[in-house]
Amino acid sequence: MILQVKGLIAGYEPGLSIVKGASIHAAEGEIVVILGPNGAGKSSLIKAIAGLVPVTGGQVLLDGRDITAVPAHLMVRQGLAFVPQTENIFPLMTVEENLRVSGGILPRSGVSPRIAEMYEAFPDLARQRALMAGSLSGGQRQMLAVARALIVRPRVLMLDEPSAGLSPKLVAQVFAQLQEIRSRGLTIVLVEQNARAALAIGDRAYVLVEGREAHEGKAKTLWDDPIIAELYLGHRRAS
Amino acid sequence: MSLQFLLDGVIAGSMIGLGAIGVTLTYSILRFSNFAHGDFMAWGAYAALAVVGALGGSTALKPLSFGLPLLVALVVAMALTALLALVLDWLLFARLRARGQSIIVVMASFGASMALRSLLEFIFTSRPTYFSRAIQMATPLGLGIKITADQVALLLLTLVLVVGMHLFMAHSQRGREMRAYSQNPALAKVVGIDVAAVVRATWVIGAALACASGVMVGVLVQIRPLMGLSLLLPMFAAAILGGIGSVRGAVLGGLIIGLSEAAAVQFVGAEWRQAVAFVILMAVLLIRPIGLFGVAER
Repeated sequence: MILQVKGLIAGYEPGLSIVKGASIHAAEGEIVVILGPNGAGKSSLIKAIAGLVPVTGGQVLLDGRDITAVPAHLMVRQGLAFVPQTENIFPLMTVEENLRVSGGILPRSGVSPRIAEMYEAFPDLARQRALMAGSLSGGQRQMLAVARALIVRPRVLMLDEPSAGLSPKLVAQVFAQLQEIRSRGLTIVLVEQNARAALAIGDRAYVLVEGREAHEGKAKTLWDDPIIAELYLGHRRAS
Repeated sequence: MSLQFLLDGVIAGSMIGLGAIGVTLTYSILRFSNFAHGDFMAWGAYAALAVVGALGGSTALKPLSFGLPLLVALVVAMALTALLALVLDWLLFARLRARGQSIIVVMASFGASMALRSLLEFIFTSRPTYFSRAIQMATPLGLGIKITADQVALLLLTLVLVVGMHLFMAHSQRGREMRAYSQNPALAKVVGIDVAAVVRATWVIGAALACASGVMVGVLVQIRPLMGLSLLLPMFAAAILGGIGSVRGAVLGGLIIGLSEAAAVQFVGAEWRQAVAFVILMAVLLIRPIGLFGVAER
């Protein structure tokens, strides 16, 4: 088990936890989808795993190592990369600078070859390498954010709603890219509002309700599960 | 008409610009206006003076008014001023920053400024002092402009520091990290940037350049505890005119302020010099608050 989260409790203010004892896991090479109604704590859960929300209880293990108390900026060294939902690139730096600044933990001579590999995987970015990242389109920004996270060769890639604000066509592109990345052995944890698209590429899925997992199942069959429709879609309609 | 004011303006502008680099970096990375920045200049100048004294005084490299001891003292004083900034951050600013209200940090910098200034007056008295009292001969350049060897040397020093600073910010990994952190501190952590190292680099660079600027003022004008305070407003005006966060903006802003001040002295009257920075500052804030090279907040 590459990623194991056991009874995680986390929140921005003491006594007000948003994540209330969530337990999830991901096996090597798996795409795990985390669904749930608005306010269920999906986003806070992966931010807490990434060290960005204070954790008050529970444990995060990466490949058996306890990374619960590791500060956010040291997470990439542990092999855990995170793509936030918004503001996930540096807009006033070029595409290439975005990649370069994110490769700080690589050996100095290894940065340029690694950037070349990223350009090979994301040809769109190669064409725009000298452009300010802030001038990229929504889909390209998302690609850059993913490439930026991959540059340090993480073992687990976590994404917070990568489909947010993208057209269906671009969502398909980004998700196809994620499948391609997984096929190279990376583990992906995906928080999504767009349940249908996420379940189509996922292996397993959790439904988070009120800060903890309420349901777990195979991604392919989860969409048709009546419990899920009630728990998840019911809430969504209400909001 | 003598065009001497152009040279005077460029020289004053260089000193303002060097100081403004630190103001703009502190504001964009540590997110507060450091009103003690001017006092780094004064402390830097006095530190250099003390080191020159310890080295047994200045033996001038003719035609300059200073020699090797001052150059050694400059390097040592830059390191000492950087150390002062780091200690001040550790003692005061870091603790207040952690509470997250930038106005408290700004007010604390006012207090730090007064304390630093008073300490200098206590140790060195408020009487002006000099690196050298030698009179320098100025060489005519034509069009009524005369330049001294000291002025040439210090303009060259400014050029080296500014170009070096530009290359550092544009091409070094730490420079990229500093820019990244100023654009998005949360994302900087996510991509693995060591925030503490970025903060240290910001203080070291800002304070070292303030020291260089203070030593320049000391060589060309005089050294006194209030020297930094009187350049504080022009430095802020330069940083805001250039666009907060922009190193080249700070330098260009400094030159514009310096030239405007010199022009005011030439065409309006010396008593108006101080008003110029203030007028430019107000005009920028009203007309183009993001400055020449600034980018609108997202």
